[in-house]
Amino acid sequence: MTVLFYASAAVATVASLLAVTRTQALHALLYLVLALFAVALCFLSLGAPFLAALEVIVYAGAIMVLILFVMMMLNLGPESWARERHLLPRHAWLVPAIMASALVLLTLFAVLSAPQQATQAASVGPKAVGVALFSTYLIGVELASVLLLVGLVGAYYLGAKK
Amino acid sequence: MSGTLDVIVRMVLTLALAMASASMLVWVERRLLAAFQDRYGPNRVGPFGLLQLVADSIKLFTKEDWTPPFADRVPFILAPTIIVATGLLSFAVVPFTAAGALVDLNIGVLYFLALSSLSVYSIMLAGMASNSKYSLLGAVRAAGQMISYELAMGLSVASVVALAGSFNLREIVAAQEGLPYVVLQPVAFLIFLIAGLAESKRSPFDLPEAENEIVAGYHTEYSSMKFAFFFLGEYLALVLFSSIATALFLGGGNGPWLPTIVWFAIKMAAIIYVFIWVRATFPRVRYDRLMAFGWKILVPVAILNLLVTGALVVARSAGG
Repeated sequence: MTVLFYASAAVATVASLLAVTRTQALHALLYLVLALFAVALCFLSLGAPFLAALEVIVYAGAIMVLILFVMMMLNLGPESWARERHLLPRHAWLVPAIMASALVLLTLFAVLSAPQQATQAASVGPKAVGVALFSTYLIGVELASVLLLVGLVGAYYLGAKK
Repeated sequence: MSGTLDVIVRMVLTLALAMASASMLVWVERRLLAAFQDRYGPNRVGPFGLLQLVADSIKLFTKEDWTPPFADRVPFILAPTIIVATGLLSFAVVPFTAAGALVDLNIGVLYFLALSSLSVYSIMLAGMASNSKYSLLGAVRAAGQMISYELAMGLSVASVVALAGSFNLREIVAAQEGLPYVVLQPVAFLIFLIAGLAESKRSPFDLPEAENEIVAGYHTEYSSMKFAFFFLGEYLALVLFSSIATALFLGGGNGPWLPTIVWFAIKMAAIIYVFIWVRATFPRVRYDRLMAFGWKILVPVAILNLLVTGALVVARSAGG
């Protein structure tokens, strides 16, 4: 399981980097989907199969598909790739790269200096997740549903306008 | 070691059976459609035309495998493999035999839903990478319809999960020992079948490949084995949906006298027969009506069904 975790974490990191650096939107999106898959595998290896399945269904299977759906309508061609390349010249990467590597170093330091604990291999089933969501985290769930309702009403208003 | 061998044998058997039944369905469907329409259908190659499949495969193998110069190469080649891969991977959780599925997954139902939602990528990538307007139109239609009906399908499955109290397909089948869920959940069964028709893009929901409007839809630019993969993927989806419907609503392999796998096959065949019957009976739906039906009728009914089921489950567990 540890091997699976580190392998999928590596894939997630590389795929996320490629998702940012690709100039063709379609390829960037495919790398992002790959990264989401890898993150789902990370969850699975940490003993959260329910979360892993939801990650694939919700993020890879629904949200990314909707973004792809919009991209289909945009008719992005070679001109847009050239424009994208023009938007991101070499020197534009410099400052973000420095900041990101500082963050990576800090995170590494924090992880390495923390007391080592044995990771518990216990797998958390769907029922346990459901019970936790509707007891301990009930307020969070309710707030999220209110937020979604706001989004729904907003979309309805915008759609019904004309 | 023998355990590993056993697993490998079961894997190969499951995959071979899935592939074989999906390819045989091409012939079965053509013969049945012919019977419905008072024709003979393919009956020349071998006894009853059974070898039609061989003839078709030779034709597809020997055709020129062409990638259009205007296509986005990698996604273009990736697309047909995704639909077959997601289809075959899903069979891992179908409990064909008494011993259960290949993988006794605790979240089997979610696994199936996840893979079926991923198969949309195959169609969308094919449509976008082909760089052709007919492919794009077909893919837009397919994606819209699959996303919409996935919701209704998930909700109809959720009411079964609520009744059985488990995402595990083996446990769901075991919970139907006395009474199959089709009796308790007729509405969910119907929604699941309709959504299955839409998800596998079969008539009357075959607008993504409506040949009189958009040539062949998302696989217009495909030829030879890549086209065959899309073809195979669609029939795999048909076999998969009928097997999942059998496990969720018809009590899987439960039944008297005959062995589990035979009962499972009989129930599956009945559902596949209905799917082909529907194709022979109903004309294609108009696209706006298809979407309106999905969102304004199917989804609300599924939510209502789930609400009532949930209330009953809670009332029952509170009462005793």
